[in-house]
Amino acid sequence: MEPVLEVEGVTKTFAGVRALDDVSFSLRPGEVHALVGENGAGKSTLIKVLTGVHKPDSGTIHARGVISTIYQEVNLIPLMSVASNVYLGREPRKRFGLVDWARMNSDAAALLKDYGIDTDVRRPLGTLSVGAQQMVALARAVSVDADVVIMDEPTSSLEPREVETLFEVIGRLHERGIAIVYVSHRMDELYRICERVTVLRDGRRVHTGPLADLPRLELVSMMLGRSVGDIRSHGATAFEGDHEAGREPVLRAEKLTSGNRLGGVSVEIKPGEIVGLAGLLGSGRTETARAIVGDLPLSGGTVLVGGKQVPQGNVAAAMRAGVSMLAEDRKTEGIIPHLSVRENIVLAALPKLSRFGLVSRARQDRIVDTFVKRLRIKVSSPDQKVAELSGGNQQKVLLARWLCTEPKVLLLDEPTRGIDVGAKAEVQALIDELAKEGLAVLLISSEMEELLDGADRLIVLKDGAVVGELAGEQLTQDHVLAAIASGGADD
Amino acid sequence: MTDTAKTVDRTRVARWLQEYGVYVAVVALVLFNIAFTANFLTVGNFRTQLIQAAPVLVVALGMALVIGTEGVDLSVGAVMALSAALVPLYLGAGTLPAVAVALAAGLAAGTLNGVLVAKVGIQPIVATLALLVGGRGLALVLADGQLIQLHDPDFLALGNGEVLGIPVSVLIAAVLAVLVAALVGKTAFGRRLVAIGGNRRASVLAGLPVNRVLIGVYAICGLLAALAGVLSTARLGAGDPADAGLLMELSAITAVVVGGTPLTGGRVRILGTVMGVLLMQLVRATLIKHNLPDSTAQMIQAAIIVGAVYVARERSSR
Repeated sequence: MEPVLEVEGVTKTFAGVRALDDVSFSLRPGEVHALVGENGAGKSTLIKVLTGVHKPDSGTIHARGVISTIYQEVNLIPLMSVASNVYLGREPRKRFGLVDWARMNSDAAALLKDYGIDTDVRRPLGTLSVGAQQMVALARAVSVDADVVIMDEPTSSLEPREVETLFEVIGRLHERGIAIVYVSHRMDELYRICERVTVLRDGRRVHTGPLADLPRLELVSMMLGRSVGDIRSHGATAFEGDHEAGREPVLRAEKLTSGNRLGGVSVEIKPGEIVGLAGLLGSGRTETARAIVGDLPLSGGTVLVGGKQVPQGNVAAAMRAGVSMLAEDRKTEGIIPHLSVRENIVLAALPKLSRFGLVSRARQDRIVDTFVKRLRIKVSSPDQKVAELSGGNQQKVLLARWLCTEPKVLLLDEPTRGIDVGAKAEVQALIDELAKEGLAVLLISSEMEELLDGADRLIVLKDGAVVGELAGEQLTQDHVLAAIASGGADD
Repeated sequence: MTDTAKTVDRTRVARWLQEYGVYVAVVALVLFNIAFTANFLTVGNFRTQLIQAAPVLVVALGMALVIGTEGVDLSVGAVMALSAALVPLYLGAGTLPAVAVALAAGLAAGTLNGVLVAKVGIQPIVATLALLVGGRGLALVLADGQLIQLHDPDFLALGNGEVLGIPVSVLIAAVLAVLVAALVGKTAFGRRLVAIGGNRRASVLAGLPVNRVLIGVYAICGLLAALAGVLSTARLGAGDPADAGLLMELSAITAVVVGGTPLTGGRVRILGTVMGVLLMQLVRATLIKHNLPDSTAQMIQAAIIVGAVYVARERSSR
């Protein structure tokens, strides 16, 4: 069958770095094609080349038909209505070119029902949950009569139920003969819905072929470029099991309450302990971390570090007391894109590194050098702009930023989200190491494996309240699910 | 292929233009004037140009800081008018007290802007618009709507005096440019300012004193505007609250933008700002010397602004 999209020998270089090196890729009509690779492997660049955002330095692209893309972050307009977003730029018209609002709203409502979204389409898009917004983006992308739909990490912010809806939609698209390029780090998803896979590594294509016959371990080893035995000996994550915790908790957060988001959550962490927060999206995991670090106004509750009460609603005070938080969204809450890697790392520790308000360059350089080496951050120089790094390396820069503040308690909200397998393993190993050195860690992750392997103890949240606490033998997926299912009223 | 090469070239050219365009333009204008303008290469002419540019530069330095935080200060012209109104009122007590009162007023006005922006959370353009309107009104009330001639020789020396052959106002502007550049590049305050402009949410989470820095930035901008008001009042030899600093906010923003500081914040270019001020001054001087009316000069300035913003746009859309 003639491919609907064909890329031949594409090379793309940014500032001397080869993001794509002679990559070829072809997509058959109606197939679901997985595109995998570590961060920095060239996936994002390839997508941008496919969609015309970047012009390749050399090579050819032949597309037959319309390509539509859904990005990891929702690229819509939050203040406009759901319906306006779906039909943005191609609004149904009445006479004199006036927008036919009635038709637009009814069409949008009908369309979105197919995607499991039953809501007033006149609401501003921003009032929907992130998962629902993602669905709207998908509905929009597909409704332009695309022949190819590219999905970049579409499930990263979806709840399990929404993932099922997404897969149903993908099944329908498949039947209609629409080809899909599916980018994801989640193995289960890939094996469930994709027929073929293309693996990229360091900007080169290392494999294309049917997915079903390809053992998972082999796929991972191709992505990482390591031998199979190597990986098996390490297990699924880079965590190495239990840590020896101190006896007295260094962090004691009691009855944290904030509106309808947190209803009296208590958390204790001992030095050297990793405590995981489990729960579905919106269960209050992120809010708990934000409350501890003073980024969420509280109507009740106290935070004690080393027995001393931390003033509320003051991030700087929490940091001085020894609590730092790696926020969930790297791009909007983490990196400062215009600044260099050096300045991003030392940002939170500036008071320590300056005297009389003057910043000491030498001390900065020493610290930055230490962390770049220790976290193995890939940079051409500390002066490189942080925006030029891959996701995994940006995440390491942020980890370095918080480690510079010499915290006693580190709150990690989705520390490995959206980063490649290799960087993920490195970050996990680092968290392990830090706990061994006596740091108290609060770990939030949507990945069950990461929580079960990484945490010594799990606190299960639901609707802003603690519904279970698991340790030792109970650290299994079944127990977590049972805790979530049993606690509180179900919607 | 050739198409690709062209696009790459164009973005590269645009980026290069944003970085260095203002320097090239200044050099080109100077060369043009040396060749075609009578009496351009004279000490007297250079003095005039620099004296005229000095107050604009003082204001633009503060404006560059504010723009670096993703803000803007529309009230600088009104703050200059306040200076023009206050100096004659207190000059009887001596030059120093009069200048001190004017500067204190500027500092207070800037702090007010900062509080409105940082604590109350009003958008900078709206918060400073209030003072743009109200400030000049207050200045006119203070001065009773009058232009007041000044005769205090100490004070007038700020406008006409010189040290080692360099006009005092030019000297002050130059020293301030060096100080502000050091503030941005070398101090924790400066680095925080840039970080806040680059990503405010991340700065909050990094425990930076965001409100304090923002208030500080607007306060400095107000202080510098007040100083510019003092300098231009001394130069004129009269307190003229109706005309002092009129449209100065636009000249300052223009200089900053032409100098390559993006309006989206996160970056401050002080040397670029200096060059931006000189460029706009040279453009006006060149056109006037070649007997083109002021209206033409304005249109050419507009074209330069559009060009600078266009170049900046090309860069950010990468």
